Amino acid sequence: MSSPPDSRRTPTAPLAIGLAAALLLSLVCGVALGSAELGWSRVLRLLGAGLTGGRLEAGEAAAYAIVWEIRLPRTVLAAVVGAGLAATGVAVQALVRNALADPFVLGVSSGAAVGANAVLLLGAFASLGVWAISASAFGSALIAMVLVYLAARTAFGLTPLRLVLTGTALSYGFSALTALMVFAAARGEAARDAMMWLLGSLGGATWGSVPIAAATVLAGIAHLVCAAGRLDALAMGDETAASLGVAPDRLRRELFVVTAAVTGTVVAVSGAIGFVGLMVPHLARMLVGAGHRRVLLVAPLAGALLLVWVDIVSRTLLAPAELPVGVVTAVLGVPCFLLLMRRRGHALGGR
Amino acid sequence: MDLALDALSVELAGTRLVHDVALEASAGQVVGLVGPNGSGKSTLLRCVYRALRPAAGAVLVDGDDLHALAPREAARRVAALPQEHSAEFDFTVAEVVAMGRLPHRRGFGGPSDGDLGRCAEALRRVGAGHLAERGFLSLSGGEKQRVLIARALVQEPRLLVLDEPTNHLDIGHQLEVLALVRAAGPTVLTALHDLNLAAGHCDLLYVLRAGRIVASGPPAEVLEPGLLAEVFGVRATPVRHPGTGAVHLLFDRP
Repeated sequence: MSSPPDSRRTPTAPLAIGLAAALLLSLVCGVALGSAELGWSRVLRLLGAGLTGGRLEAGEAAAYAIVWEIRLPRTVLAAVVGAGLAATGVAVQALVRNALADPFVLGVSSGAAVGANAVLLLGAFASLGVWAISASAFGSALIAMVLVYLAARTAFGLTPLRLVLTGTALSYGFSALTALMVFAAARGEAARDAMMWLLGSLGGATWGSVPIAAATVLAGIAHLVCAAGRLDALAMGDETAASLGVAPDRLRRELFVVTAAVTGTVVAVSGAIGFVGLMVPHLARMLVGAGHRRVLLVAPLAGALLLVWVDIVSRTLLAPAELPVGVVTAVLGVPCFLLLMRRRGHALGGR
Repeated sequence: MDLALDALSVELAGTRLVHDVALEASAGQVVGLVGPNGSGKSTLLRCVYRALRPAAGAVLVDGDDLHALAPREAARRVAALPQEHSAEFDFTVAEVVAMGRLPHRRGFGGPSDGDLGRCAEALRRVGAGHLAERGFLSLSGGEKQRVLIARALVQEPRLLVLDEPTNHLDIGHQLEVLALVRAAGPTVLTALHDLNLAAGHCDLLYVLRAGRIVASGPPAEVLEPGLLAEVFGVRATPVRHPGTGAVHLLFDRP
């Protein structure tokens, strides 16, 4: 694409290439850094050995397992989750036409929490084994979004304000359910697990959870990129979208389904990691402007990069103890949100 | 391009706001829609640019039922300047204009070089070439309207629908916008509040009251004091412009 240069903006292609390169390096960092000191050269050798099928010495088996079975899936999953949250953040902001929305305003995270905690606290769906938490979280996230959709729908279709208000209201309901389960369970360790899950954690990552999450996130991003022109039209307003040949209701339903599938999957494997879906789209817009083709190229890469580093911080800061990922994103996200809100006072009820 | 509204009725939330409207415009004409607040002008126009569906009747563009066409096909025939301004996402002027090419694009990919050329040309035509890299939200009202007209032009429509295009504009910009629209080429259907502007810039006027057409024809015939008293509740006094001889209306309360 040969759009005219714009002095306010970072050129998109070099930025995307830079972010992709930084992401690759960060993945290696994510594998190298951790509570057990393995050393960089050893990590690189082990990564290489795994990729090329090289031989290992007997004493390396434990380190190899840490690199390939624990840290790498976790780091890759962090990247996938970050990319997914950032991309759905962009979609939801266009969907409700508000740049301060994030995927969780639609009730998806609190809905997923009900399912996850039913497993953690009450032992529901035990027959599903290790998949119980993910499956239950995904299922209840979808149920939550369907409820929000049905409650917000009117004769005119989905209106942005009703979606946000309905999502917020039902979120309180779901949170109350979760709280009820925490009290009913009355098992200290289970309550701590529930807390960890609510704040987001990649501690349980295995290769088993990567393919489904990665496939869903990539498909979701691809779909959104193809819809970028229509997202631009929708962001200008429903009337404008209609006059440009984009049916706003249909597009909104479509975005709703994509968001539900991607956030449902992401939340199922990582818990409710807040602020990524809010901050990253914003940063992307500051860098490359509001056009969705550019934003959807930059935001997922930036989201992946951010979450890989957030995960590194969360497991090294107080090692060997782990901080919930959501605590770290909140520490970064809350000041970032307030700063953005102050800068954008005019659009938020200011004058 | 011929536009025909055939016994068009429009409902909003179960209330019928536009009743049995018949309206015709032939190629290149500028047709004005006037009427008091709440008379259904915007509702009628929203149905013509497909933000609403008719409850009964049809919008015919070159003989085809607009609401039976695919949305993109319809958007290649009819462009609009709606009365809405989203202040949330700061697109550049160039990006806003390029959105007009959306109904002409296929599948994945941004605007082509041909599209960008058309956009630059349209911006020049409305005298806004220098604004291309500015943020749309930072523009003045008059600049915004010019940019939106450029967006409508790159849509290459055969019908241009305008909802109060002169709202919030100073008199210089009001005259400029209407001149641009007339020079743009396509048939125009526009709602206007200012009856003198409507008289001076439209070939045909339709007067809407409570969702029904109560008069239509050339402005000089339609805007007569009896009708204006009945529809708007004002006393109108026609005077002649000393220079051009055009009829202007002075208004006061009866």
